[in-house]
Amino acid sequence: MSATTGPVVRGTVPTARRRSWHLGDALIPVLAALAFIYLLVPIVYTVAFSFNDAGKSNLVWRGFTWKNWQNPCGAPQVCEAFRNSLSVGVVATLIATVIGTLLALALARFAFRGRPAVNLLVFLPMSTPEVVLGAALLAQFLSLRVQLGFWTVVAAHVMFCISFVVVTVKARVAGLDPALEEAAADLYASPFQAFWRVTFPLLLPGIAAAALLSFSLSFDDFIITNFNSGSFTTFPKFVYVSATRGIPPQANVIGSFMFVAALAIVLVAQLVSHARGKRRAG
Amino acid sequence: MPEVTTPALELMSVTKSFGSFLAVDDLDLTIPAGSFFALLGPSGCGKTTTLRMVAGLEQPTSGTVCIGGRDVTGDRAHRRPVNTVFQSYALFPHLTIADNVAFGLRRRRQHDVDAKVKEALDLVELGHLGERKPTQLSGGQAQRVALARAIVNRPELLLLDEPLGALDLKLRRQMQLELKRIQTEVGLTFVHVTHDQEEAMTMADTVAVMNKGKIEQMGPPEELYSRPHTAFVANFLGQSNLAPGQVVGREGDLLLVTVGGATVKVPVDRAVATTGSVLVGVRPEKIGLLIEGQEPSPNHNVVGPGIVTDVSFTGVSTQYQVEVEHLGTFGVFSQNLLGGATVTLGTKVRLAWSQEFTFGLDGDQDAAEGAADLDAEP
Repeated sequence: MSATTGPVVRGTVPTARRRSWHLGDALIPVLAALAFIYLLVPIVYTVAFSFNDAGKSNLVWRGFTWKNWQNPCGAPQVCEAFRNSLSVGVVATLIATVIGTLLALALARFAFRGRPAVNLLVFLPMSTPEVVLGAALLAQFLSLRVQLGFWTVVAAHVMFCISFVVVTVKARVAGLDPALEEAAADLYASPFQAFWRVTFPLLLPGIAAAALLSFSLSFDDFIITNFNSGSFTTFPKFVYVSATRGIPPQANVIGSFMFVAALAIVLVAQLVSHARGKRRAG
Repeated sequence: MPEVTTPALELMSVTKSFGSFLAVDDLDLTIPAGSFFALLGPSGCGKTTTLRMVAGLEQPTSGTVCIGGRDVTGDRAHRRPVNTVFQSYALFPHLTIADNVAFGLRRRRQHDVDAKVKEALDLVELGHLGERKPTQLSGGQAQRVALARAIVNRPELLLLDEPLGALDLKLRRQMQLELKRIQTEVGLTFVHVTHDQEEAMTMADTVAVMNKGKIEQMGPPEELYSRPHTAFVANFLGQSNLAPGQVVGREGDLLLVTVGGATVKVPVDRAVATTGSVLVGVRPEKIGLLIEGQEPSPNHNVVGPGIVTDVSFTGVSTQYQVEVEHLGTFGVFSQNLLGGATVTLGTKVRLAWSQEFTFGLDGDQDAAEGAADLDAEP
């Protein structure tokens, strides 16, 4: 054979493709898989145990059941805590997103006295330990004799959410060509119209991302909430408190539900942007 | 149509300073309605700042801006009857092409928006792309959409800020002709800012050459080219050979100037300075090379001899560099009527050109001002 193939074919024989097997080739996928398993185990555990036919505590697998999902509010207070967390999350997100967006616009668009200081101070809540913030806020509320409850939790959440909104939206504003606003003004748009018709729609993805981030931070927060909520119970606080006497499987149901909801939001967003891209290309 | 109309734009002693930097220095400028006007100058000369003050995107430090006879100095951008084609085009990325073009009409609550948008897009030959988004356009298409978006509003002034700067050379040539066609077709007043002298000369009826916040010279392109008033204009608009000389006398309508031992004649009406030290100028394509034994035609100025130090063939012409003792290097462009180069490297030649193409400048300026500097940005 080799005599008949001749020199012309020799150059095209893909000798390089027949590589010998290397340990490294397998190592990377295996390590990646292990890392993923490590990341996903707690989530799998949470979802699996939401189907556990639990007794007093939900630590040991006792058999499969639908009843927790059929009656997610079955455990005392769990749904009230969930509702509280949702309302705190929505209200805090709304306030933080509006204030944070305005702040980001001011910081990115206008040179004013004290801008460097504001830029720095906005980061402080992100970098200060939550325990310190929580304790300090509590001290403030107590010395001002503010009744602890829904509004003190909202105030606390708005405070730390604003930093994240500012950072997220500011990056978006910085990526915006200032000539776009000038073009809007040049095309007879008043400053308000220029903002509403051009700036805002272009910032919207950034603002939406900031709002989602705020909501998940607020929904998730335990440390600061625990300091400033008094008898008001949020979902994380409920889970923490009930851990001492056994977390009801309904907590797993709600946790799993939130996880699925978050996945669904991401998925829908991906699909929408994919469809848009397709329509554009078409 | 030599009737007297109000000028489209009048700037009266307009000054703009940024801190201690004087961007525009006491500028007076009148642009007649319906003209294609070019503000030409190197980067940093204040041309874009001038344009932005007309658009209302920048406030003058002092002075008055009048558009169509109305003082608009205090008006903000959205209240001025002016539209701009931005250098970056600044198309709204979240809107379709048609919505981009309709933006100005909708803000002013105009009727027949769709018909007007279609007409404007047809004018720039993009009628079929109305439903696309700006990201799906090529550079040349985006440029034309930006133009349509401005023209559709029929502004009293259309401002173009380096509109062709982002296009490649071939497309730029094409768009120059296209812009000129559109301007003639719609009859609007175009004010075009550019650093590209060829672009300015190709399109504009009137060119104002700006340097350091002031207008150095203004007029039709041919006049600026053949009779520059300053070394800056002579060098920035095309290329020039400028040689220092002394006025030694006068012969009728001609000045006698000694230039490096030779005496050349400069028409008095083509000389800015008529006494003392002057710069004698001539354009490279006006010069002919005389080899040994050749005699100049009558009424020609002759300098040299010099040595040919460089010959480069560019297709339509051949460019020579001739080193003349005491005078420096002369550039000579010679059309390749007979094929290629007629003189080889190292040949001893004399330079001759018709007296009527000679111009005289004030001798107190740097002869190299405005010339291409390899270190400067384009």
